[in-house]
Amino acid sequence: MDRRQVLKGAGSAGAVSVAIAAGLLKPTDVFAVDAKAFAASDAGAVMAAVGGSGAEANAGVVVGAPDIAENGAVVPVDVTSNIAGTTSIAIVAEKNSLPLIAEFSFSNGAVAYVATRIKMGATSNVIAVAKAGGKAYKGHKEVKVTIGGCGG
Amino acid sequence: MAMKLRASMSGDTADIKCLMNHPMETGLRKDAASGKVVPAHFITNVTCTVGGKTVVDAQWGGGVSKNPYLALKVKGAKSGDTVTVNWVDNKGEKETVSANIG
Repeated sequence: MDRRQVLKGAGSAGAVSVAIAAGLLKPTDVFAVDAKAFAASDAGAVMAAVGGSGAEANAGVVVGAPDIAENGAVVPVDVTSNIAGTTSIAIVAEKNSLPLIAEFSFSNGAVAYVATRIKMGATSNVIAVAKAGGKAYKGHKEVKVTIGGCGG
Repeated sequence: MAMKLRASMSGDTADIKCLMNHPMETGLRKDAASGKVVPAHFITNVTCTVGGKTVVDAQWGGGVSKNPYLALKVKGAKSGDTVTVNWVDNKGEKETVSANIG
């Protein structure tokens, strides 16, 4: 890390602290998921990092994905949380080398819905963790992957 | 190769669809020809605002597919509102695109 990056880092960290001190941002809003969670290779650790370890399985968290994905590099996935007051949704591909795919926070009228395309290295569950009212709920869908899409 | 963004009203809900251009390299993939690991290069943060207010703030890893597709829905928006999507990647590169809800 060179000096410039260090200074940049210090500057942005400072701005965040000021925002927190001013009450503009709650720490939990900013650091919803530790960036390290994206580097974790263990699905259990990822679930803990997104606050989903003790998540209750709930039919209100609906994961839409194909039963069979011929190309693991591009698997269309959509997640809807029908649980009132859902503030965030995390998407986890259980058997990927890096299981945490993404985490979305919703505000100002955003519907607790997201559709995207993800990479899957092997047949596994796609798990969605939705948070509402301080509790975590989860739903999943198994996707059979014919050709893995994480390179190697 | 610009980022594409479309937004339209469906009842009281705005449907937002966005297509980004990005290699989304995880840092785990080896180049087939050279056998060398391709360095990580992926989008780490995506935000979407409607009428200047943040509606979705996302953190991403390299598990999102190359040239990412993202669809969102927002209630309370109206035709003519400006939707803006911007992303930042792990190298500090960024891109922003705006469109009005049709």
